[in-house]
Amino acid sequence: MASIDEGGGESHKKGPGVKKAKKLSTRVDMTPMVDLGFLLITFFIFTTTMSSPTTMDLFMPKDTDKDEEQNKAKESGALTLLLGKNNVIYYYEGQLKDDASNFLTTNFSGVRKIIIDKKKSVIESHVHDAGCQKIQEKARAGDPARKIPGDPNWQKACLDKDLVIVIKPDEDATYKNTIDILDEMAISDIKRYAMVDLFAVEKELIKKTEGGN
Amino acid sequence: MPSVKIPKKSTFVDMTPFVDVAFLILTFFIMATKFKPQEPVEIKTPNSVSTKDITEDDALQVTFDSSGRVFFAIMPKSDNTIKYNIIKSINTARGLGLSDIDMKNFAQTPAIGVPFSGLKQLLALPVENQGSLKQPGVPVDTLGGELYWWIRESVAAFTTTGKPLKYYIKGDNNAKFPTFKNVLNAFKKNEILKFQMITMLEDVPTGTELSAIRSRQKASGGGTAPPK
Repeated sequence: MASIDEGGGESHKKGPGVKKAKKLSTRVDMTPMVDLGFLLITFFIFTTTMSSPTTMDLFMPKDTDKDEEQNKAKESGALTLLLGKNNVIYYYEGQLKDDASNFLTTNFSGVRKIIIDKKKSVIESHVHDAGCQKIQEKARAGDPARKIPGDPNWQKACLDKDLVIVIKPDEDATYKNTIDILDEMAISDIKRYAMVDLFAVEKELIKKTEGGN
Repeated sequence: MPSVKIPKKSTFVDMTPFVDVAFLILTFFIMATKFKPQEPVEIKTPNSVSTKDITEDDALQVTFDSSGRVFFAIMPKSDNTIKYNIIKSINTARGLGLSDIDMKNFAQTPAIGVPFSGLKQLLALPVENQGSLKQPGVPVDTLGGELYWWIRESVAAFTTTGKPLKYYIKGDNNAKFPTFKNVLNAFKKNEILKFQMITMLEDVPTGTELSAIRSRQKASGGGTAPPK
């Protein structure tokens, strides 16, 4: 609007007798409009929630008292992560030794490497057996319903089938810790993991380690 | 010596482009804005790499804050008569002695954070004043506590309508694990084993297995399917 050509103004003489219409400026003071505009912008910036929340699926197993119904994990493929106070993670591979020599400490930035290393070692010691074929077929087909394409490396799909990660958050672990560790499972593509309660001996060990620091 | 004449320049600045930009931004924010639903407590949710969007279906949401207070909310998609039915059956089952006005008020209440004994006091208040009442949270324990009853009656009410119900859990970063576990127990006792936890989106770290899977999905046009 502001710079509409005003037709040259006075310079264009029409000669005597021709009445000049009084030229009104076409300029409008836009300051109030700008004020209002920015007021609204500020309002919307403050009220808006830019990042929309997402959801994360969690499937819990049904509690069973019968021992034979519980999934048994091979000792060689098990990794237990215990979430403790102040974002500390305690972990051990396989069974906890009586002298607790394999009870180690790490944190959330170091846990990914431990998971990946464990996965690697499980893959290296993989022995092909009857259960493998089913997993391979499933990986090759993908999941059309959820638009997951078939895995081109489907032959490798069952290499980590013995890997089981057991997550045991203790009473001082926060909800964030729990979500973070479940997230690590997704990041490292761990197919089998479980969230269970701590054993008494593990609680003792955590307490002892915390006291020692 | 003639004085040097300084030409007078207009102080009027052309604000048109400025206004253009301002209104462009304004339009963007108006379009992008989605107002936060009213909530009894401020919750800072953790981040996750999960890309699954939250859908506004019929849902049941359990919220817990850093001090372990648990809030229960039912979010029916269309009508509030379901909420009325839920409170009615709870009222009868637990003998709460709520009046019809109280129960109608429940349909407008965004979330419940009081034990059954305090429900009458909460629902006697108009919805806009409920925020001022200090809510101690729905009692939970290792067996589910009163939350178990809330979930049970909600599930029953939704089953009669035949609509699928979604279960959302929203927790604060600093909430302790036992609170989360008690909430899970309340669900488990109702034989509900599938939940969705509300998180904020976070980038997938590069060089990990998941980033490889995601790029493969993208290449095949699979879109953002939920990670397993």
